[in-house]
This record gives sequence, structure tokens and C-alpha cells, in this order.
Amino acid sequence: MKSITKQKPFEEIQRQLDGLDRVYIAGCGTCATMTKTGGMDEVLAMKDRLQELGKLVTGWIVIPTACDEMTEVAIKENNGAIQNASCILVMSCALGVHKLSTYISKPAIPALDTLFIGVEDGPGYFQEVCAQCGQCVLGETAGICPLTACHKGLLNGPCGGTNNGKCEVDKEKDCAWTLIYQRLEQQGRLDLMRRFHSPRDYNVAPRPRTIRIA
Amino acid sequence: MASSFREILKSDKFVVTSEIGPPKGTNIEKMLQHIDLLKDKVDALNVTDHQSSVMRFPSIGGCLAIKEQGGEPILQVTCRDRNRLALQAELLFAYTRGIRNVLCLTGDAVVVGDHKAAKGVFDLDSAQLLKTIRQMESGKDLGGNDLDGTVEFCAGAIVTPEANPLEPQLIKFEKKIEAGAEFFQTQAIYDLDKFAKFMEYARQFRVKILAGIILLVSARMAKYMTDNVPGVSVPQNLIDELAAAPKGEAINKGIDIAGRMIATLKKESICHGVHVMAIGREEVVPNILKAAGLAT
Repeated sequence: MKSITKQKPFEEIQRQLDGLDRVYIAGCGTCATMTKTGGMDEVLAMKDRLQELGKLVTGWIVIPTACDEMTEVAIKENNGAIQNASCILVMSCALGVHKLSTYISKPAIPALDTLFIGVEDGPGYFQEVCAQCGQCVLGETAGICPLTACHKGLLNGPCGGTNNGKCEVDKEKDCAWTLIYQRLEQQGRLDLMRRFHSPRDYNVAPRPRTIRIA
Repeated sequence: MASSFREILKSDKFVVTSEIGPPKGTNIEKMLQHIDLLKDKVDALNVTDHQSSVMRFPSIGGCLAIKEQGGEPILQVTCRDRNRLALQAELLFAYTRGIRNVLCLTGDAVVVGDHKAAKGVFDLDSAQLLKTIRQMESGKDLGGNDLDGTVEFCAGAIVTPEANPLEPQLIKFEKKIEAGAEFFQTQAIYDLDKFAKFMEYARQFRVKILAGIILLVSARMAKYMTDNVPGVSVPQNLIDELAAAPKGEAINKGIDIAGRMIATLKKESICHGVHVMAIGREEVVPNILKAAGLAT
């Protein structure tokens, strides 16, 4: 499981740093390193680009796991360089931006966009298989989530836009319901596809979702 | 007032529907002309709901115009742009204005249209929308609350008889019937033998099937549809026929083809009627009906 990120267009990063000339950069040694968006190489490249812009980079770090509790310790150790900066540019997913924002009072600026929680299904190939909806239907859909894998998130079977097993929004993308049909047929469980699904409960866990584990 | 369209569906008459595409903008002149031209020549007129996810004048507006001109409208409702509150509200409003027929669709994806950055809603799907209508008819809304005054609709849906693979679509078709669909207007069909096979299967259900007839205006369009429109395949002999037409005459050939197909469907009692779509060329629908021997 990885939090999949993509670097923002540099113009947007530049715009966010408007008036913030002393920058401390924080990358992440876990997901963002795997996805080559916030590992040491990317942090150093960002440092060079910011310096070319005339920014002063007061320091940088690749936090082992930015969303982890240990981030507080890592930040403390670099306190001097952070105190010297007017902001911290975060090259991790939004979870890291959130954590850093709680530990420091200076603005935490995201350098990345967080796309989805993905699973690696081949070297360097990540896909979204779960939308974390809070009402798992995988038991009835042969392990393929229609809420995630179907562009429209349909629960009651394919739309009329599917063609030759592909999706109407992308001829390269498999139609989730064709895949579900094929697997259920193999399993001899097509009766599950005939079952009517009532409209989803979007209030199953009101946003923002929280949980306290006893 | 019950749906007169439902009465026609129940009769043995070969049912003919067509459709109106509302304008992009407030100039409704052409739409009104099309309504005036077609309202007495068909049993009911659909009005599309932001067809292909292209923002337009609303379906409900077109339906009201049809009512005002004494025609029988079929309100097309997609689940793309409204959540369950807005969908139910639209049905309440439609009912109070005398609209009695609804075609329930999931709707195209937002990204195929002209507002690609918009949020696709899909709070309900087509089967759930059909069931919502039946629940509202029982006097309750989707939240289980009492309605002060209910609705009553002749509800329909769509099916793609030539989809590949077909089986998942048939499962959906049966779900729509269980959810309350009374009639189906199909995606365009061009291969009557294939369609007849679909009808052999579909006849076991107590629903009326209106075959989708899309006017072909050129060989290029026929090829484009085959390559790009899901579940549509124009046989090579029809493409050749269109290609052989003299310059400027291809549309007349298309009218002949559509008329011929309709005539065969009726003569051989293959299905219960047709839904004629002349996307953007509504003015020639009477010619198609004449070519089919249906014009009065």
C-alpha cells in the first residue's frame, strides 16, 4: 500500500512560495521515495531549482516516514535550519503535510499532489483498487471494487458505455463490470451480479472520518 | 391522469417514438419547430438530458414545450448531474406539470462531454432510479418519508442488444425490469437477424421493446459509429449502399435504409415498435416514417 503522489507543476510551487524566500525542504523516505516524487534525489533537485530562483534553502531532510510520530523528533533535530526558514516545502503526500503542520508553526507548503492509495501491481505500476468507502462489497464482486474500478462507481452492473470489455472514458482501460462478470462466471457465482444493490449510504462514516481504537 | 403512452404500449399498435435534442442556449425556435413537426406523427417524443454530457437546455424544458403543443413527452433523466434529492424533486415537478413518461438512464461519463472538469454525481444508477420511481409511487421518498401527493409514471430504460460482451448487459436489462421498467428503447440496431435473436430472449419478459433506429447520413458516419459507439455495428453491405449513393444523396439512402428496417421490424412483428433518432436532422423523421409506410 502506497500513498501515490505527483509533483505539482513548478509554476504552482513557485506561486505558493511567493514572498517566502527562505525555504526548508522535507522529503519522505517511504511512499514518496518509492514513487520518485519526494526521495533524496527529488529533494536535491528541488533544492537546485529553488536556488536558481534565488531562494535560500536553509536545509533539507528526508524524513523516514513523514506521516509517522517520529517526524516530530526528526523536525526537532533540524530546528535551527527550520527556524531560519520562512516556510517548509513538503515533498511527501498530504499526510506528511498534515503531520508537519501540527509540529511546526511555520507554513507547510505541499510540493506534491496526493492522487490515491495504490497497490503496486507490477514494477513501478500502481493502481487504485480501494476507495476506502466504508462498506466493502468485494465479497459480491469477485474481489474487484466497482466503486473504484468503474469510472462511474456503479453497483448494479455495467453502463451502456462499455465496449469490447473496455471503458467509455478510455479505450485502454478495462470495464470493471466486464472483469467482475468474467470472474463471477468462472466461480459459478453469477447470481451475485443479479442481486439488486440499493443506493449507497454515503453517511456510513460522516466526514471527516475518525476512529479511536480501544 | 394516466399516461396515454402507457395505454398505447399496452395496445397491439406498432409504437413509434422519436426524440428532440434541446439547443445549447436560449434560442429554442428550432426545437419548437421540430416538436411541431413531429408531435402528431409519433406516439411520444423523448427529450435528451445533456446528451453525451454536453450542457444544453434541459430535458424538462423540452418536455414542457411538448406538453404546451399538445404532444406526449418522455422525460429523459440521467443520474450524472443530480443526487437523489434533486432527482426526486425533478420527478415531483414533472408530475405536477403533466409529464407521465420517464426514461431512466445512468448517463454518459462527464469526461466525454464539454465540461470535462465537472463532478460526475452518479449517486444513483439507472436501476436504482427506476426503483426510486416505484417507491415514490407507493407514497414514500427514498428517505422513507411520506409524500404529500405522489407520482405515477410510465417508466422506461435502455438496452444495448448488440453489446459485446452481451451477457453482462442482459443481467442489467433484467435488473431494470425487476426495478420497474415497462418499456425499453434500444441502442441503435442495424443487424436485424442479431436483433431478432435478442428479441427471442427478451419476449419472455412483459416489457415493450422499441428498436433504436439511428439515421445514417453517410458511409463515413456509419464507419464512425461502428468504430466508436459502444454496441453499434453497421454491417458492411449498408456501408457499401451508402457509399454507392450519388453525391449529396447519401442522406436519402439513409432514409431508405431506416424506412426499410422499420418496415421489416413491423411486418415480421420482430419487436413492439421503434425509437427513431435523427440526431440533428429531426426534420427528416417524417420522411423516414413515410419510407417505412407508417406516415399518416
